[in-house]
Amino acid sequence: MKPLLIMTVLLASTVSAWAQTKSTADGIAEYRKMLEDGNPADLFEAKGEELWKKKRGPKNASLEQCDLGMGPGKVKGAFVQLPRYFADTNRVQDLESRLLTCMETLQGLDAAAIAKTPFGRGEQANMESFVAYVSASSRGMKISLPQVHAQEKTMYEVGKRAFFYRAGPYDFSCASCHGEDGKRIRMQDLPDLTKNPGDGVGFAAWPAYRVGNGELWGMQRRLNDCFRQQRFPFPGYASDVTIALGVYMGVNAKGAESIAPAIKR
Amino acid sequence: MTKNRINTIFALGLLTGLAGCTAPGPSVDYDAKLAAMLQSSFRDQGIAKLDRLKQDTSNAECSKAEGKDLPDALGKVVEAANLKTVKMPSDGKFLGDWKAGERLAQNGRGMTWSDNSVATSANGGNCYNCHQIDKAEISYGTIGPSLYNYGKIRGVTDPSSAAAKPIVDYTWGKLYNAKAYNACSTMPRFGHAGMLDETQLRHLMALLLDPKSPVNQ
Repeated sequence: MKPLLIMTVLLASTVSAWAQTKSTADGIAEYRKMLEDGNPADLFEAKGEELWKKKRGPKNASLEQCDLGMGPGKVKGAFVQLPRYFADTNRVQDLESRLLTCMETLQGLDAAAIAKTPFGRGEQANMESFVAYVSASSRGMKISLPQVHAQEKTMYEVGKRAFFYRAGPYDFSCASCHGEDGKRIRMQDLPDLTKNPGDGVGFAAWPAYRVGNGELWGMQRRLNDCFRQQRFPFPGYASDVTIALGVYMGVNAKGAESIAPAIKR
Repeated sequence: MTKNRINTIFALGLLTGLAGCTAPGPSVDYDAKLAAMLQSSFRDQGIAKLDRLKQDTSNAECSKAEGKDLPDALGKVVEAANLKTVKMPSDGKFLGDWKAGERLAQNGRGMTWSDNSVATSANGGNCYNCHQIDKAEISYGTIGPSLYNYGKIRGVTDPSSAAAKPIVDYTWGKLYNAKAYNACSTMPRFGHAGMLDETQLRHLMALLLDPKSPVNQ
């Protein structure tokens, strides 16, 4: 693999040249193809797998026995069914909130403290690697969230209402940008998240490596920046509203092929 | 068949339907759950405080409509209430400098938790995020309609003329409070919400309506 920095610079310049004539989606599709053997997300994925198996925390345990919904130790296929209901915590959890549970119960780490840590620092930096590893283990599989437990159905209904909830100085809701097909902000194409926007688009494209800043963003961070631009107050990491939105988007995206961890501008 | 008989048949059908379901249980108040969830999920950060989650009637009704238009009567009530908030320019002057307007239209900053101030001077108009305006700018959004040739298409040759007055008033009102003309418009209410002051609104007016503006070439 080429050095990451060179690749990032190359990508950034190529993308800006393309922006003159092509939509972002065309550009991304093209450079995604170019990078089939070298998506920098691979580095996060590899680090995630290594950390997953490493004994850490006060209990000096690995995350290998973490139950992501398919039983302890089963990682493959788990991601495309999240968020879902977990009996042991009696709540619906997305990937990040479930990882917090495992880090606390198996390793003895402080989940609340990790949730409060700024993105990209301390255990939050490790979180980027974990979400890359877990999502990559379901790459190519179809999104299929269970809607069986009453709490899963409730989270869908509440998530839908959260999606259309207009407020703040700009009167924006998620639907202001993601409620219709074929819209853009500047050159950025916006997926319609009220339905299945297609394979590897929207919900099925996160977590993703962001070329612009060299970071790996999970859905939690993606939603956090959406709310920032929506001019809303700050959503807590793994808070219920973010999980409800995950359920709404994920159920709508049923059948879409997950390409996570994807690569983004 | 009498109306009563139809009702009876409906009622029977409903009962049969219910009996066929697995225990329907008490209905869940999703709106109440959302309200509680918003309060527990968000926190203040910088200038973005929790009070931003409060909705006025316009936002509450348009949220409930989930992207659809409001019923006509309700839409008219919401629009009338918003129209009442529109303040025309204090000195009767509607147009400023289109060059300053272009800079504001390009500027997408303001009101996020990573911005430092809620002062109007800290805010851009965010216009190109959603609209085509000057044709020279190819990086524009499509959430709103194209505003290229905005004044020209509407026949504005002299913005201070009596003939142009209705368009000038409407455009000011639209920038000030977009919900006055379309109850669930996606566009922010720049004047009403205190994001842009009169001087800034005048500059945007000039960008759209000044015959010398590149928009109208």
